[in-house]
Amino acid sequence: MNAEVKQIKTAAESALAANFAASKSRLPGGPQTAGEREQAFKLFERRGLPHRRIEEWKHTDLRVLMRDAKPLAAPPDAAAKDRAKHSGGLVSGVPMHRLVFADGAFVPELSDAVDFLAGVTMVSLADMLARNDAGSAFAPPEAPQAGGDDAALALNTAMMTDGAVIRIAKGTVVDKPIHLVFSHSGSAATATFTRSQMIVEAGAKVTLVESHEGADDVDYQVSTALNLVVGDRAEVNRVKVGAEGARALHIATLIADVGEGAQLRDFIFNIGSAVTRNQLFVTCSGKNANVMLAGASLQRGTQHADTTLVLDHAVGGCTSREVFKAVLDDESRNVFQGKIVVRQNAQKTDARMMTRALLLSDDAEADSKPELEIFADDVQCGHGATAGALDENLKFYLMARGIPEHEAEALLIQSFVGDAIETIAHDGLRDALMFATVRWLGARV
Amino acid sequence: MAMLEIKNLSVVVDSRQILNGLNLTVNKGEVHAIMGPNGAGKSTLAHVLSGKAGYEVTGGEVLFEGKNLLELPADERAAMGVFLAFQYPLEIPGVATMTFLRTALNSQRKKRGEPELTTPDFMKRVRDGAAKLGIAQEMLRRPVNVGFSGGEKKRNEVLQMALLEPKLCVLDETDSGLDIDALKIVAEGVNQLRSPERGFVVITHYQRLLDYIVPDIVHVLAKGRIAKTGGKELALELEANGYAAFQDEAA
Ligand SMILES: Nc1ncnc2c1ncn2[C@@H]1O[C@H](COP(=O)(O)OP(=O)(O)O)[C@@H](O)[C@H]1O
Ligand SMILES: [Mg+2]
Repeated sequence: MNAEVKQIKTAAESALAANFAASKSRLPGGPQTAGEREQAFKLFERRGLPHRRIEEWKHTDLRVLMRDAKPLAAPPDAAAKDRAKHSGGLVSGVPMHRLVFADGAFVPELSDAVDFLAGVTMVSLADMLARNDAGSAFAPPEAPQAGGDDAALALNTAMMTDGAVIRIAKGTVVDKPIHLVFSHSGSAATATFTRSQMIVEAGAKVTLVESHEGADDVDYQVSTALNLVVGDRAEVNRVKVGAEGARALHIATLIADVGEGAQLRDFIFNIGSAVTRNQLFVTCSGKNANVMLAGASLQRGTQHADTTLVLDHAVGGCTSREVFKAVLDDESRNVFQGKIVVRQNAQKTDARMMTRALLLSDDAEADSKPELEIFADDVQCGHGATAGALDENLKFYLMARGIPEHEAEALLIQSFVGDAIETIAHDGLRDALMFATVRWLGARV
Repeated sequence: MAMLEIKNLSVVVDSRQILNGLNLTVNKGEVHAIMGPNGAGKSTLAHVLSGKAGYEVTGGEVLFEGKNLLELPADERAAMGVFLAFQYPLEIPGVATMTFLRTALNSQRKKRGEPELTTPDFMKRVRDGAAKLGIAQEMLRRPVNVGFSGGEKKRNEVLQMALLEPKLCVLDETDSGLDIDALKIVAEGVNQLRSPERGFVVITHYQRLLDYIVPDIVHVLAKGRIAKTGGKELALELEANGYAAFQDEAA
């Protein structure tokens, strides 16, 4: 018997079905990819848009927040490319290898060649799918099925147009961060679906930066996903900068698999979009892996941001830390849902999760749900969640030294956020995000 | 004109009358000690002078150089030259001590229409001030007061006072938590700031501090007002006899 209750399709769901039908013939890839797209879209249709009765999406009901589905963006025109050229501003001071995507399509002429770097290969997803239809590059045999049944990810798989497919060969140390620049032109209210993959082989080291930007005056929609494989003893730092336009809807998925003795440090900075969802499915699949997932979200107006993560300690001896901070002004709302799973044989796991929200207004709201699912007995796990206003006593201490109220608040907010930003290993990126925080505070009224 | 004039000050905290018609006049160049039993309202007075929220002034006034202090926010009082050395200095994780000191100093200078200090000038002042108080450079690199011992926090207060060069220094139990050596260093730091242009209100529970910071005038604060005023010998008398004579019969 089918337990799922058939729901009436929302306008957005109907539009998505129409968009998929209309665009599938021009989506990249041969028959095998097309089959996988169909399968993924079926999964999406079975689930429908995630809504509040789906536990993982409880506070981010897309049936409400996504009133309609925008048509797939057309290939970028000159204006779209020009905008993309100047995109990535928040981290523009940091020397990086830029790979530019405009309206969801790779723009080689705006991108740095990275293939010449020893041990680095990069091909755009569209090219890869066009050239060889070897099926999904996104399910390497050893990769887990984390996030495999998520409707938003399935929609991305069905519709993906382009992205970066990067491989870092064994032992390679990439000199500068690789920067994936995603830009939405805003010439029309359209949707983009990008999907990237980075496989970092054993012992290699790389920093990956993703920035997402777009026009403020258009309610465009962004779906983006990254499959990341961190090989044994490899070290990967990722910094994702979400600075979408003010009316945008942004849904991002990270699926990461971390190998033996490997290290992953992930940082998500969120400052843009009307609605933001970051979902992370991270699996420690090799012993003694070390994972740090952190983030800072600065929100005002009616901005809604949701970070939902599942960290799976599949094997023992791994260490994981989460530090997520949200600064909430006006009527903004932040959601944090973090689940740490420790499998039965994952002994000697050391996992700690912390989420803190700073409420700058009585109308702001923070929801957090940390969860531990522990099946092993010899582990150290903990979590903490706080939400509160600025400490009036600290504010008085600063003011008693002559620091004006507004500046005293800014200093305290900066220090609150700084605590998370500190976890970024790269000096230049850390400074850039600290500076972006100061700028954000400067615009506070 | 007196530097500080407190007239008939009455203050309520959480619907309890803590200060009840307190009068105090401090002229520049003078060092006043305020002594009193725990809970007498000494910190309340210090907080009301420096502009902390949560205190309801139900009567009286406070004039600083003739201006009504009570209607100004804390930062403006500081810029005018009012400084409070906290009884319990706070820890501010994430704010580097140097950033804190520089922001404070430059905020005050800006409000007074003075130019900002250059970095080398600022650094030199901090280094010299820290050296005098036996504060290690390493401590200045830490966030404000984080991981400082009680004594280090108090020395840090005096360092801030020295850097900000206030006109009126209010020290709230700066001696508590200090061993005798630290007490001497802190007192020395305070004494170096004594000048004919500066006034001091030194709040303490014990007479010991006053051996090192010798006051001109000693007051006893009890039952919400100044209960007795005398010379420095009053401190010795209190040390010998305690505060019992000033407290409620059945306190
Ligand atoms: N923020 C406050 N809330 C409630 N009661 C307070 C507060 N601050 C002080 N008090 C009360 O006011 C009285 C005076 O306190 P305080 O000024 O700290 O005394 P002192 O510094 O002389 O020891 C005490 O009874 C204390 O409990
Ligand atoms: Mg006190």
